[in-house]
Amino acid sequence: MPAAQDADPLVAAERAERRDMPPALDTVLLIVGLVALWQAGTLLLGREALPSPVATVGKLAGIMGDEDFPRHAWETARAFLTALVISLVAGLAIGLALGAHRLSGEVTEPILAALYSIPKITLYPIILLLFGLGISAKIAFGVIHGIIPVILFTMNAVRNIRVVYLRSARAMRLTLAQTAFTIVVPAALPEIVSGFRVGFALTLLGTLIGEMFASQRGIGYMLVRAMETGDTGTVMALALLLVVLATAASAALLALDRRLRRHALAS
Amino acid sequence: MTRAGWIRLALIVGALVLLEAACRYGFVSRDAVIPPSRMLEGSWRALAADETRADIWLTLQNVALSLILSLIAGTAAGLLLHKATRLRRALDPLLASYYAVPTFVFYPLFIVLFGLNRWPLIAIGFLFAVVAVIINTLDGLARIPRAFVRTAAVMRLTRTQYALHIILPAAAPWFFTGAKFAVAYSFIGVIAGEFVVSGAGIGHAIAFAYNSFDNRMMYGLIVLLFVLVGSVNTLLSLWERRLYARRAGR
Repeated sequence: MPAAQDADPLVAAERAERRDMPPALDTVLLIVGLVALWQAGTLLLGREALPSPVATVGKLAGIMGDEDFPRHAWETARAFLTALVISLVAGLAIGLALGAHRLSGEVTEPILAALYSIPKITLYPIILLLFGLGISAKIAFGVIHGIIPVILFTMNAVRNIRVVYLRSARAMRLTLAQTAFTIVVPAALPEIVSGFRVGFALTLLGTLIGEMFASQRGIGYMLVRAMETGDTGTVMALALLLVVLATAASAALLALDRRLRRHALAS
Repeated sequence: MTRAGWIRLALIVGALVLLEAACRYGFVSRDAVIPPSRMLEGSWRALAADETRADIWLTLQNVALSLILSLIAGTAAGLLLHKATRLRRALDPLLASYYAVPTFVFYPLFIVLFGLNRWPLIAIGFLFAVVAVIINTLDGLARIPRAFVRTAAVMRLTRTQYALHIILPAAAPWFFTGAKFAVAYSFIGVIAGEFVVSGAGIGHAIAFAYNSFDNRMMYGLIVLLFVLVGSVNTLLSLWERRLYARRAGR
């Protein structure tokens, strides 16, 4: 089944093996190892180029204590959550429709895959011209990054539903809505959640990129300003914040994913 | 061509015609979007000018270098991680959230590391592409059927024989998927870097055209880039589909 070619590599790994959660000890060891590597890098490159882990955490605490920070964080959160809701809801609806109607899926899939592979950052002038500076441009940027993987995953999930389920639905004379909500969505749910995970990461990336250009507020704006002034301390602190937040959210979705899959296997 | 292929072609042509008409009759502001025919003129102008040709050539070289490096490093790291099961398991959530961080914020760090030349950009492309290669290598290795591994043991294959006759053919489609994503991600990483911070390359040329209100050149370059990346991706996808089909057929 050539599903992997349409999917993102992020999730391919999970689909391959339904592993259990890593033991807490290993996670701790990994974090310790990464921090040690980072510290070694600081010693090698100098504090100016790569601030040490301790200094970065201190810097981050300083940034978060700043009175401007809640405003920036709220701006990013608002843009990101709006973009995420649009990506997930619209992506799910489009994916379900394209998955259910075979010909439409075949027609649009290569177009979507090609759109997924192009560097969407170059669309920023067009988005700015269409939406102007401000939150709507950021949301649009988040959505164009996040929605395509959600559509592709959902579409494949629907296509891979076992024919027996659909035949049973027909035998029981379920209506279209009943089939969608009692058969299609539950059967495709694990893969849909995988798509949501990729969509989550890319929507965040898109929103941040949008903020870097199209905004005077938000975490992306703080990042680009720090980059331009060569303030590596702030860059590292904000990058750390993003990595921690994204990884926490990703781990939570991964846990949900695993529970759903186990559930699907059990029933 | 299949029926779906014809419909797709008609859809794309129809969308272009619609856009052309909408621009010509003023439904879309000329300042925002220009008609596709004008975009093509811009592409032609970009290809005819020496400086933009140099920009395109530079970007292609950087993408190629980033691609080669990420394929080598990603495959090696994937092979090692496959052995280190505990490490890989602990790394999982990190690999999954990796693409949420805009990698190009580390550009200043790379300038300190490599100096002000092409290597910081290649490093960004590399960072973007390498994780996709690692993930797909792991995926391919995990999917080698257990019967193959047992057969290899029964036949007492040496390590080299095992690698050449079992691992490579069985995992080839996934390695290929990794390579396909590495191409796309190298482009995305290098061009994002050029766009934000560099003074040369296609990304920079697009940003420059935008800043100097040269809409025709800007759209021309974007169209060139999309056609280039889109057609490379489509070719690789077609080839990939055949690889998977052959594996499934065995």
